[in-house]
Amino acid sequence: MANIISDETIEYVGILAKLELSDEEKEQAKKDMANMLDYIDTLNELDTSGVEPMSHVFPVNNVFREDVVTNGDDREEILANAPEAKEGAFVVPKTFD
Amino acid sequence: MGLMDYTAVELGKKIKAGEVSVLEAANAAMDAIDALEDKFNCYVTVQERAAVQAKAEELQKKIDDGTLTGPLAGVPVAVKDNMCTKGTRTTCSSKILENFEPAYTAEAVLNLEKAGALIIGKTNMDEFAMGSTTETSHYGVTKNPWNAEHVPGGSSGGSAAAVAAGECSYALGSDTGGSIRQPASYCGIVGMKPTYGTVSRYGLIAYGSSLDQIGPMAKDVTDCATILETIASHDPKDSTSVKREDYDFTSALTDDVKGMRIGIPRDYMGEGLDEEVKAAVLDAAKKLEEKGAIVEEFDLSLVQYAIPAYYVIASAEASSNLARFDGVKYGYRTESYEGLHNMYKKTRSEGFGPEVKRRIMLGSFVLSSGYYDAYYLKALRTKALIKQAFDKAFAKYDVILGPAAPTTAPKLGESLSDPIKMYLGDIYTISVNLAGLPGISVPGSLDSKGLPIGIQFIGDCFKEKNIIRAAYAFEQSREFTNWSLSGKEEK
Repeated sequence: MANIISDETIEYVGILAKLELSDEEKEQAKKDMANMLDYIDTLNELDTSGVEPMSHVFPVNNVFREDVVTNGDDREEILANAPEAKEGAFVVPKTFD
Repeated sequence: MGLMDYTAVELGKKIKAGEVSVLEAANAAMDAIDALEDKFNCYVTVQERAAVQAKAEELQKKIDDGTLTGPLAGVPVAVKDNMCTKGTRTTCSSKILENFEPAYTAEAVLNLEKAGALIIGKTNMDEFAMGSTTETSHYGVTKNPWNAEHVPGGSSGGSAAAVAAGECSYALGSDTGGSIRQPASYCGIVGMKPTYGTVSRYGLIAYGSSLDQIGPMAKDVTDCATILETIASHDPKDSTSVKREDYDFTSALTDDVKGMRIGIPRDYMGEGLDEEVKAAVLDAAKKLEEKGAIVEEFDLSLVQYAIPAYYVIASAEASSNLARFDGVKYGYRTESYEGLHNMYKKTRSEGFGPEVKRRIMLGSFVLSSGYYDAYYLKALRTKALIKQAFDKAFAKYDVILGPAAPTTAPKLGESLSDPIKMYLGDIYTISVNLAGLPGISVPGSLDSKGLPIGIQFIGDCFKEKNIIRAAYAFEQSREFTNWSLSGKEEK
C-alpha cells in the first residue's frame, strides 16, 4: 500500500498551498508526504461505516449575536503592520494591466 | 531561597502581605533572565527592564489601595509567543511574523492583566506550535534547564523551560496535541490543558482550531488551579467558548482521593514506553491506592490511531488557518517578485520553516478534491470513535492515569530527522485533544540520567476538578520533592 507521490501531485499541492519549492525541497516533500500517507493509511484498518464525522466534540450550535460594531477605529495600528500601505489601504502588486 | 523559587501563589501571598514588593519580584525575574537567558534561550522577546519596573510600581499602587486583591497580583508571568499582546511583538517563533505587533491582546492574557499579572516576556516555541522539541523555532532552540544538552519539549518549550529555570514565576502555554503537558513533563513542572472551550482562543494565533487550548504551566498543582481560575472565561468573541457552570477550580485542591476510581490504560503501558517512566507511573498508582483510590488496569483501545487522525485534522486546519500569512496585512514580505501570486508564493516559501511547510502541504492534500472523503472525513470518523472509547472509560473511572510522554527529554538534534518518530512522542497526549478532554502532567520522579518524568492525569470533559484532586494528592505523596533548580546549574 506504499504511497508514491508524483511530480504532478506535488506541483498541485504547491499551487493549493501557495508554496514555491526548490527541486531539492520537492523531492524531500514527495518522500515525506508518501511516508505520512502510508502511516495515515493505517486508519483504513478501522471500520468506520455508519460513524458520523465528528468536527466538534460538543454540540455547539451556531452562536448568534446582534450585528453591532463594538471595536473602535484602529486602522492606523492595523496598517502599521502592513509591509506596504498607502492612503489607508494595503498595497499589493499590480494584478492586471 | 530566592524570590523565583516561590510558587506563583506563595509569591502572590508575600506581595499581598507586604513582605515582598512587586518591584522586588520584577527585579528578581529580570535578574534571572539576565543571568540565564544566554544559556537556555527561553524567550523570543523580553520586556525592557524599565518598562517592567514602571508596570510593577503601577501594580503596587493598585494592590496597596485594594483595587487588586487576587492571588496572582504582582507576580511575574511569561506568555507563549502565539498569544497576541498589544504593542509587544508576537512572532509564533516564525520568520513570517518577525515584526508583527498585534493591535489587540488575547482574551486569556487580558484576564491575567485584569488580575494584576506582571507580564515580562514572550516565550519561545516550535514555529506555529508545530513540533515537539522547540527546535523548529526561527529564533534558536531552547534548552532544558535540567540538562542543557537536552530539549525542553514542545511546542511550549520556552514556557516550560522559563518556569523550570526560574526566569518567571509561571507561564501560559497552548496545547494542540500535547504542547503543554509534554514540555511540562520534560522540564519537571506542572502543565495543564483544560477542557476544550474553557479558555478563550480569541487572540491565540490558530494552528488546529478544533484542538487548540490555552493552559497554565507552573511549579505546582495549586498554581495551575489558581491560574486556570484566572484565565478561564466565557467569551462571545470565541464561538467555541463554553459557558461553564463552575469556574472554582481551586476548591478541588484537597488531599483526598478516597473512593476515587482510577483507570490505567494497558495500551499506554506497553511497547514503546521507557521502563523508568513505566515504573514511575506504577509508583504513582501505588501512592494513590495507599490514599484510598481504587486503581485498576483497563483496555482503552484505538490508541495507535490517534496520531494519524490527529495529523490529518491538525494539518488540514493549519493549511486553512495559515493561508492568512500572505505578505499583505502583516509580517514578512519577500523582497523581489513578479506579480501577486509570485509574491504570495515567495513570501510564504521564505517565511515558513520546513515543518510548517510539511504540514501545510499535507493539509492541502487531504482537503483536496478526490481525497477529502478518504482522508479528512475518515479522520473525523476516527475521532468520533476515539471519543466513544473515552466515554466508555469515564463511565467506569473518574480519572485516567498514565505517562505524559514515552521517554524523558531526548538530546538536542535527535528528533527532527525522523518526523514520524517525533510524532510518536505525543502518543499519550494527542487523543486527549481529539476528545476535548482536560489533562494535567505532574512531575513524579527523576530517571537515572537525572531528567524529570511526568505523570499524566486525564479527566472527562468539564471534570477538571477530578484531575486537580488526583494530581494534588499525588503531589503531596511524592518522595522526591526538590524540584527547584536554583543553585543547581553548576554541577
